[in-house]
Order: sequence, then C-alpha cells, then structure tokens
Amino acid sequence: MSPRDCQERLAGKVGLISGGARGIGAAIAEVLAASGAAVMVTDVLEDLGKAVVERIRESGGRAQFHSLDVTDEAQWTTAVSQTIDTFGGLDFVVNNAGVELIDLVVDTDFEKWCRLQDVNSDGVFLGTKHAIRAMKPGGAAGKGGAIVNLSSVGGLVGSFATSAYSSSKGLVRTFTKSAAIECGNLRYGIRVNSVHPGMIRTPMIEEFFNRFVEMGLFATTQEAEQATVTAHPVGYVGEPEDVAYAVAYLVSNESRFMTGAELVLDGGYTAQ
Amino acid sequence: MNELLQREFGLVGKVAMVTGAARHDGIGAACAQALAHAGAKVVITDVMDEQGQQVADSISAAGGSAVYRHLDVRSEAAWRRAIADCVHEQGGFDVLVNNAGTTGNGLIEDLPLAEWKRVRSINLDGVFLGTKQGIVAMRPGGIAGKGGSIINMGSVTSLVGVANSSSYVGCKGGVRLLTKCAAIECGRLEYNIRVNTMVPGFIETGLLKDGCQNMVDQGLVQSVEEIRQVFRSGHPIGRIGRPMEVGLAACFLASDASSFITGADLVVDGGYTAQ
Repeated sequence: MSPRDCQERLAGKVGLISGGARGIGAAIAEVLAASGAAVMVTDVLEDLGKAVVERIRESGGRAQFHSLDVTDEAQWTTAVSQTIDTFGGLDFVVNNAGVELIDLVVDTDFEKWCRLQDVNSDGVFLGTKHAIRAMKPGGAAGKGGAIVNLSSVGGLVGSFATSAYSSSKGLVRTFTKSAAIECGNLRYGIRVNSVHPGMIRTPMIEEFFNRFVEMGLFATTQEAEQATVTAHPVGYVGEPEDVAYAVAYLVSNESRFMTGAELVLDGGYTAQ
Repeated sequence: MNELLQREFGLVGKVAMVTGAARHDGIGAACAQALAHAGAKVVITDVMDEQGQQVADSISAAGGSAVYRHLDVRSEAAWRRAIADCVHEQGGFDVLVNNAGTTGNGLIEDLPLAEWKRVRSINLDGVFLGTKQGIVAMRPGGIAGKGGSIINMGSVTSLVGVANSSSYVGCKGGVRLLTKCAAIECGRLEYNIRVNTMVPGFIETGLLKDGCQNMVDQGLVQSVEEIRQVFRSGHPIGRIGRPMEVGLAACFLASDASSFITGADLVVDGGYTAQ
C-alpha cells in the first residue's frame, strides 16, 4: 500500500483511543492518524499522552489529548462529547486501556483482582456502552461506526500466573460478541470486534519479565524473554505497530462484514 | 455396574461443596443431588437459607448426605470459614462446584455500571474467590490437602455471545479463562487439583424462567413462549436442557473417571455451539 493510500484509508473518520499514551495504544493512535483519522488520545498518563499527540501533529496528523480514567463513567461521557465537539463526529472507539497482574491464583490479592477488573473489564464495558450511545442512529454522532476491544491471546488460552488478566481478556472476548449481536440486531451500523495480540514489545513486557524472575519462574530476564519468544512459532515477539495495522483494518470500511470476530495477531502462539 | 466403573465414576468417600444450590429447580441443586447420589457428602451453600435447607433435606430424605451452609460467594472471609467448616464437619473437601450466579439483562447501552458490577461481583469475582480458596484448601499442605476437582459453571456464553445479557456473557467468558489459568497452575505445581469449566446450553431452571420474564417485561420479546421457542430452536437437539443433565456431567468431572481432564470446557449444550 502506498503512503497516499494509507492516508486516505481512514480519511474523514474520527476516533477515540483509550490507554493511548504508550505501548500498543500509542502505536494505534499514530497509525490511525497516519491513515487519515482524527484521533482523541486518552489516558491517565497526561505527559506521555500529550507527547504522542505532539508526534502525530509533527507528522501532519490530527490529534488531541483528553485525560480519561476508563473506570469513571462520567469521564467517558465527557471524553466522548469532547471528541465530537473537537473533531465533528465519532466513527470509532478503541478500548485499549488495560493493566497487568502477574500472580498465582492462590496469591492473587482480592483487592488487586478487583482493581484489574475495574480497568480491564468494566472499562471496556463503559467504553463500548458510550461508543454505542454516541454512534447509534440518533446518538450525538449518529453515523454508526466501529468499536475495537483489545483482548489478548490470554482471552483465548490460559497461562501460568496470569489469571486476573486472562479472565478479564476472556470477558472482553465474549462481551464483544454480545455487543456485536446487539448492534447487529438493532441495525445500528456499528461493528464490534476483539483483537488478540500475542506478546508485543512494549514497556509492559519488561515488567512481565522482571516479575517472572521475581517469582522464581526464570533465573534471568534473558531466560524469560527467550522462553517467551520460543512460545511464538515465528520466533519473535510482535511490535506495537503489528496490532495498530490490524486495528486500522477493523475501523476502516474494508472490514464492513466483520463483527463479533476475533482478530488474532500472535505469531502462531495459539495455533499450537 | 462393575466394580471398576463404580470406583472410577463413584464419589464415595469424597466431600463436595456446591455454591448457589438453594433453588430446587436450579443447576446447583441438580449438581448437589447427582453428587450425593454418586456417594459424595455434599455441602450445599447459598444466601437463600430456607430454600437451601429444603434442598439439603430432600437429598437427605432420598438417602443422600447433604447439609446446608450459608455462603455469600462475594466475601473471601466467608469462603475461608465455609471451607474450614466443611473440612471440620465433613472430614474433607475434595470437590467444589462454583455454581452461584445471577442473570444480567438489558442492552449494553442502557446498562448501569452498578448493575454490571453487581453481576461481576457474583459471576466472576465470586468464582475467582472460590477457585482461589478451593485451591488453597485442597493443595498439598492445605487444610484438606488431598487434591481435588474444581468445577466452574460457565455457559455456552463462555464461548459465544447473546444479546441482552452482556454482563452475564462477559463474566462467563472470564470464568472460562480463569479456569484454564488455574488448571495450568495446579498442573505445573503438582497440586493434584483439576479445574474445568462446565458449559451448559440453556437449561430449564428458575433462573431461565426469570430471565425470560425479564425480557418480556423489558419489551424485548412479546411472550415467554416466543423466547422459549428461540431457545429451543437454538439447540439442534430441539429442546431446552434439563438441570440433571448438567448435574450428571458435574459428577463425571468430580469423579476420578475424568482424571486426565483439566482446563477443559465440558460442553453440555444439545449442539448449541456446534453450529
């Protein structure tokens, strides 16, 4: 695809990305902006989020930052209306914000479990709810659109010491299907899909490896990384852009027949 | 039945706890009945004390061993107490059926966050707490300490979506992955505990009846019969399932006959997800 095609792919579309300040979210914001969309980058990390917006603007894209704690419903209302006021519409929402917890089930503190579910599960519910309200016919934007919920390979298969995270991603997987069915049945013109990345090179991955070593699962972070890479048949972990390109497809008109689906980007991790 | 089958499929000498088993027409009560008939000593738990006692009494009257204990699955302290009582009073803790659950109705766009959280606290957080405390008690060195089988109640909505129940559907999807992670950990750590997800289709229960009525009340369907017909035709077998069909499957997962099954989805759905 030539750069010109890329720029036109999402031309005229407006979207909101949660957790857009770093990692996969930042890559999504940058790729979607480079594809012609105007993006509202949201996060609780203001400085990093604003830096993403600066980078997008420097490359000629349209972006703005809005502080958003995805667990707070009032903030969702404001963030969505702010996006519509700023860019004149809302065509997609990418529910990307998420947190991690590496612990055995027996050692998972209930408070920490709940905090993770508040962000990863309730946050995706709220983002989907307010996206539907705004994009459905008669809503503040009212032209239909696409919702992309970030799940994980952890939403498809289990793994060691990731039960809280994996449960939240399993929740996102089936919740997304329900949302897709509701929007389909009601002829809202809104598609809802989940994305399931394998291990992606982000700031989170280092925290992973450090935690694995801390738990005594691996002697060194190098060993943890090697084992992680080996678990992906392609022999490498993904880059944030790998996920961003998939999201670009899901929010574009090219995926107009795709809803309630799972887009897996995992280097073969779940093929085994 | 020959001796081998009786030994492998039977539950004599095992102690089983079933949560959310107070409704006589529910899946939990059917699991409790089936487990008791297979020879297990059963502890029925719920928050509806009077009804729970009645289920225990009816099992006892039929010659099974069952007691009722109050347990709000949302409280970790209550879980610890219930399991400790079970071990002290029944002499063990070998099987846990995390069955307690509630329905969640309504379109996503209209669903209040508080209602979403209410469903999550029982259907996902409650199953997490049960799985956690169940493993803590059953693993080597735990107060029961002899390994065991944990059965988490999923649903076909652990696999596929449906409209008007997103909180329920989401939680059942969460339970499925919680189960797989727990199974992997228990396997690798050699805890001798198996953890599986039961995946029933639509089952003829009081909860289903309530769910159907809710959909009528919300104007989503014209009549209970209309939605029941939808449910019936959703199963290639042509009918809604019976609670005991899930109860018997739970017996299998609880028994040593399923000793190589862990982290799995046991689909009991009349073909619902085969399509």
